[in-house]
Amino acid sequence: MRERLVYLRDVSYRYPDSKTQTLQNINFDGYRDEIVLLIGPSGCGKSTLARIFNGLIPNFYGGQLQGEIDIAGYDPRKTPTAKFAKTVGFVFQNPENQLFFNTVERELAFGLENLGVPPAEIRKKIDEALREYGIEELRQRSPFELSSGQQQKVALASVMIMQPQILILDEPTANLDPLSALKMIGLIAKKTREHRMLTILIEHRLEIALQFATRVVVMNEGQIIADGPPLETVLKTDYIVGAPPMVQLSKKLQSSGFPVNIDKLVPEAMALEIIRKLSKGGLDERKRREDNRDR
Amino acid sequence: MSESEEKIIEIDNVYYEYPEGIQALRGVTNYVLRGEIVAIMGENGAGKTTLIKHFNGLLKPTRGRIKVKDKDTRKTSVAELSRIVGIVFQNPDHQLFAETVFDEVAFPLRNFGFPEDVIENRVKWALNILELYQYCDKSPFMLSVGERKRLAIASVLAYDPEVIVLDEPTAGQDYLQKEKISEIIKLLKLMGKTIVLVTHDVEFVTMYVQRIIVMSQGKIIAEGPPHRVLTDYNVIRRGNLLPPQLVRISRALYGKSLLDRYDYLSVEDLSREIISKMREANGGTSSI
Repeated sequence: MRERLVYLRDVSYRYPDSKTQTLQNINFDGYRDEIVLLIGPSGCGKSTLARIFNGLIPNFYGGQLQGEIDIAGYDPRKTPTAKFAKTVGFVFQNPENQLFFNTVERELAFGLENLGVPPAEIRKKIDEALREYGIEELRQRSPFELSSGQQQKVALASVMIMQPQILILDEPTANLDPLSALKMIGLIAKKTREHRMLTILIEHRLEIALQFATRVVVMNEGQIIADGPPLETVLKTDYIVGAPPMVQLSKKLQSSGFPVNIDKLVPEAMALEIIRKLSKGGLDERKRREDNRDR
Repeated sequence: MSESEEKIIEIDNVYYEYPEGIQALRGVTNYVLRGEIVAIMGENGAGKTTLIKHFNGLLKPTRGRIKVKDKDTRKTSVAELSRIVGIVFQNPDHQLFAETVFDEVAFPLRNFGFPEDVIENRVKWALNILELYQYCDKSPFMLSVGERKRLAIASVLAYDPEVIVLDEPTAGQDYLQKEKISEIIKLLKLMGKTIVLVTHDVEFVTMYVQRIIVMSQGKIIAEGPPHRVLTDYNVIRRGNLLPPQLVRISRALYGKSLLDRYDYLSVEDLSREIISKMREANGGTSSI
C-alpha cells in the first residue's frame, strides 16, 4: 500500500493583509515515491501551497489557515518551523537566498550541527554528500563564487543531507541553461527514488520537467483544477499551462486518428512508438495479434 | 551590401577582461543586421550578458572594437549609444526604481530631454502596447513579476531605440506570460525593430528567431539559422543546450529512413509528414 505523507482537506489560506483567499478548498494527498509536478500561472498559489508544506505558513507569514492538514504527522499550526526542517527540505529558485556560509563544507554542516549530530558523523555525511552530488572539488570554495548550476547542486545537497521525507523545489532551474536544468531535475528524480521521498516540483519548463513527473497538479486562481497522470493532465489544461512541442504533436496525431501511446514523455520514446506504427514489422505484428484474437 | 543587409552592430575581435581578471570574451567577431531577430545562446557563464553590455557601451572592449551604426563604442557616450540600443535586463528589479509606473517609463525620456507633451504621449503609447496603462499611478513594486518584466520593456520601448536587446525574456515566466512576450516580439518586428534575445529557451527560439549565435567560454562556437544550428548535436553539446523536441523526434525517424530530413521545427510540418506516412502505411495493409 502506498504510504501517504501529506494530507490536505478543504484547506484555504488568506495572507494577513489580504482581503481575498490565496488558496481555496485545496484537497491534496501526497505519497512516498511520487514526483508531483505542480504547475499553473504566476500568482495561482503554487508557492503559497509550498509554504504550507514546510510550515512557513502560518509560522512565518501569519494569516488565516483553515482545513485539515497533516504533513508527515505535523500540523503546521501546532508545530514550529524548526521541526519541519528535518522532515521537509526546500530548494528555492535562487540558491543565493539559502546559502549563507563561506565554504561549501560549512554550508553542508550547518543543519546537522543544529540537530546536534556528533562531529564525526557530520564529517562522514559531508564526505558522502560531496561525493554523491559530484561537488567534492568545491568543498573549500565559497558558495557565492560558484556558477548557478553548482550553487543549485550545493543547495540541494545541503537540504538532502538532512534526509528529508518530503522535498519541495520552487523553480529550481529558472536560471540554468537547458542541459544543466535537465541534469538538475534528473538528479532530483534519482534522489527521490533512492531515498523514497515525496517530491513536489514547481517548474515552468515543462519540456524538461514533464518526463520526470509521476503526477501533475495544475492550479489556477488559488484552486487545484486538475490532478492526474502527466500527459493526460497537461492535455486537459494546455490552454493555461501550455504544452511542449512533443505533447502538441501527439495531440495532432491523435486528432487525425493516429493516437501514439507513450509511457515516458521523452521525444525518443515517442519517435520509437511512431516508428513501430510505421514500420512493416509493427504492422505485421499487429496483424498477427489480430489473427490470434480471431482464432 | 544591400540595404536590408546593413550591419547595425559590428563586433570585431572583441576581448573583455573583468577587473577581477576573468576573461569573459576571448576574440568575438560577429554582427547584428538591421531588422533581424537574432538569439545569443550558450551555457551559464559563456559571456552572453557581457557581450550585450558592450552594445550600449556599458562595457568597453579590453581589445578589439564594437561599432554601433558606425560609431566606435569606446569613443561614444553610453547616453548616445542607449538612444540606438535599449537593453532590458533579466531581472527587472535591477532597473526599476521610480515611484510610479508612469515615472518609470518617463525617466529615460526626461533624461534624453524630450519635451513633456511628447513624453506623455510616448509613455501612454508604450504602456498601452504592453497592457500596463491601468497601473499608471501605481508603484512598480506592486506589479507581478511578469508585469514588471513588461514594464522594463515599456521603459525601453518608449524612447524608441532601433535595437532592443532582451536578456532572458522568458526565464521564470509562465506559459501565458511567455505568449504575451511572443506577441510583443512579433509587434516589435512589425515595427521594424532589430531584436537581440539572450536566451536558454530552445523551443522559443525555433519559433521566432532568424539567426542564432552560440557562445561557449567567451567565444562564438556556431552561428546560423535555427534549423541548422539546433540540429548540430556537437554545437548543442558544447553550448549546454538541448536539441528541440521535434528535432529529436525527426532525427530518430530520419535514422530509420522514415523521413528525408531532420530539421523539423514546427509541429504543423512534422505532424503533416507523419500523418501522411501513417495513412500510406495503413493504406498499405488494407491493400495486402
